[in-house]
Amino acid sequence: MTQINTKNILLFGLVALLFIGTGFMQSWNTTLTILNMGLISAIMALGVNMQWGYAGLFNVGILGFTALGGLAAVLVSMPPVPEAWSAGGPRILLALAAGAASIVAAVMIYKKMPAGLLRVVVMLAVLIGGFMIYRAIFDPARDAIEAVDPALTGYLGGLGLPVILAWPVGGLFAAGAAWIVGKTALGLRSDYLAIATLGIAEIILAVLKNEDWLARGVKNVTGLPRPVPYEVELQAADWFLSLTDRFGADPVTASSVVVKLCYAGLFAAVLLLLIWMSEMALKSPWGRMMRAIRDNEVSSEAMGKDVTKRHLQIFIIGSAVCGVAGAMMTTLDGQLVPGTYNPLRFTFLIWLMVIVGGSGNNWGAVLGGFLIWWLWIMVEPIGLWMMQTVTMGMAEDSGLRQHLIDSAAHMRLLTMGLFLLLMLRFNPRGLIPER
Amino acid sequence: MDFLNAIVVLANFVIVPATAYGAQLALGALGVTLIYGILRFSNFAHGDTMAFGAMVTILVTWALQGAGVSLGPLPTALLALPIGIAATSLLLIGTDKVVYKFYRQQKAKPVIYVIASLGVMFIMNGLVRFIIGVDDQRFADGERFIISARNFRTLTGLDEGLAIRTSQGITVVVALICVILLFWFLNKTRTGKSMRAFSDNEDLALLSGINPEKVVLVTWIIVAALATTAGVLYGLDKSFKPFTYFQLLLPIFASAIVGGLGNPLGAIAGGFVIAFSEITVTYAFRRVVNHLVPESWEPEGLLQLLSTDYKFAVSFAILLIVLLFKPTGLFKGKSI
Repeated sequence: MTQINTKNILLFGLVALLFIGTGFMQSWNTTLTILNMGLISAIMALGVNMQWGYAGLFNVGILGFTALGGLAAVLVSMPPVPEAWSAGGPRILLALAAGAASIVAAVMIYKKMPAGLLRVVVMLAVLIGGFMIYRAIFDPARDAIEAVDPALTGYLGGLGLPVILAWPVGGLFAAGAAWIVGKTALGLRSDYLAIATLGIAEIILAVLKNEDWLARGVKNVTGLPRPVPYEVELQAADWFLSLTDRFGADPVTASSVVVKLCYAGLFAAVLLLLIWMSEMALKSPWGRMMRAIRDNEVSSEAMGKDVTKRHLQIFIIGSAVCGVAGAMMTTLDGQLVPGTYNPLRFTFLIWLMVIVGGSGNNWGAVLGGFLIWWLWIMVEPIGLWMMQTVTMGMAEDSGLRQHLIDSAAHMRLLTMGLFLLLMLRFNPRGLIPER
Repeated sequence: MDFLNAIVVLANFVIVPATAYGAQLALGALGVTLIYGILRFSNFAHGDTMAFGAMVTILVTWALQGAGVSLGPLPTALLALPIGIAATSLLLIGTDKVVYKFYRQQKAKPVIYVIASLGVMFIMNGLVRFIIGVDDQRFADGERFIISARNFRTLTGLDEGLAIRTSQGITVVVALICVILLFWFLNKTRTGKSMRAFSDNEDLALLSGINPEKVVLVTWIIVAALATTAGVLYGLDKSFKPFTYFQLLLPIFASAIVGGLGNPLGAIAGGFVIAFSEITVTYAFRRVVNHLVPESWEPEGLLQLLSTDYKFAVSFAILLIVLLFKPTGLFKGKSI
């Protein structure tokens, strides 16, 4: 899709310069930290770009899909807690199965029975009865699990598998949630999808915060296994020490840089794979169909394309990509902290990346991901510096001065909002436009 | 078996709080629904508009309190409210001139407006945090209760108390006044009628000489008044914290959609539907039931359907049900 022209190379070069500049001005460790999150952000932007750029779907629940990916990382990689499993594991699964079965039964009744009052009554009876059974099995099981050594575990644990496996699983989780939302809200007005995704994100977050048996809730799961070596292992390894010796580097800094480089390599591999796949998909007949639908739904429908079904498809795929990125992020952090999932940071910032980078263009979204993430990190120190400059003339003990300096952290939101509006107004096609 | 006590408990913990909350949601949803009707997009910045209006009102309230002005038993914030509304109107009109007007002239798709409103939301959110910070702010003063639980018990001789806070009473009264004014305006005045005409059929309205810019201007002023009032009432009733206003977006949108987007009457009904279901589903009915059944039957559990942490799930579930079965809402709203 994208021609390799001077402008695009220049843009990517410019962003690379920003990162390299940070390396020289601050430290390479900081640069790599920003780069790793930049890679993950780029993947999220890629997912959102599929929904928005290919199909014009407006998803403001990225936060929820990301958080589901994080949950997958915990459920796949943490070692299981046998005491908790014996305390109530099977019962919890049974309760969930009962709940799911009653919903399925209600749907069957809705589809099979003739419309009328009787159908509503039977459906409600099945749902309420199912809910009662679910709570009756679920509550004691949950209490039993959460009572198992609550300070350390108090949850079922995971499967104890390698954490890399969690990435595709995170994508599956997100795809499941996207299916539920898409099935209800797609085919209606475009705003409805936005509101429904906003809702599902809030609910996923509420579940993560409150269901302690699942992933310890706000007590957080820490110490997730890593796909790369630990710093201390490197520092103890002879070959590593001799290597740092030869370059005259400090082993502690060097080990941390090497670990971050390993992560960066893994993330870059995923990013490149996803870009390759989506570029291929976009070039295929399927991609042409998606763009045709986006540009003119009515005429595509006249050509026999099922618009709602295609929308559902792309919505699920895009959300799954966000889920993968979420699992990767939790892997990078090594912990799942539901309290840190903030919609402004996880949903709207990603949107900014897509709009700034160029909606409909995969490379644009990736560029936006790197650029905006770098800005997001850098605006705070820059804002602080600006505030200090502005308030230079004020008295040391001035209340206003203190307030301004303290509030510098909130400059981020203002700047990002301004950025979004300016971009949308003056360059709506983004830095790297679709064609 | 004590029927009266059961009713009092229910009133104290469900009916009174839900009525106040419902009135707040209804005012918020009215703003959303008006913007949807006239400007034809879902305004994601609405929660933060409420926060901004409430913030200005709080700052003025503090100034008034500092100057020793008070309304006696009523909260001083009511005196500051008009200034908050004026400031919010200016902000919204300014936003319209700088941001939305351009897209109106371009005849942009609704989703572009929604994205623009996200940008506006970012800026307003930043502004509010910048000026007043992210912490809880209390600004309620005056008499705390209309009836306190203890007075109610001595008055009626019942075991259970019914407390009605001043903020709850004021919420309902102010919301009622707002709604009456709004409907009078929409149905009786020339400008209000032209707004409804514009909402029903834009082309026809333009053809009959209605000035669209004036309609839009008036809409923003009304929305500012509704949002500020809703924000201040919510802040008085609970407390002011910028982030909770962002979270109010979901129940407010749910209210507007349940009632039928673009339909003011629906927005009010939707607000109460959402508020009552949210509070009923998350309330533990044990104490009510204890009064109703003989002692030996008393339940062991809390009889709570969902924990209060899932109150948003209730709005969401109702939203999904409405979208699935009746996408135009309970009252006939705009097209799906």
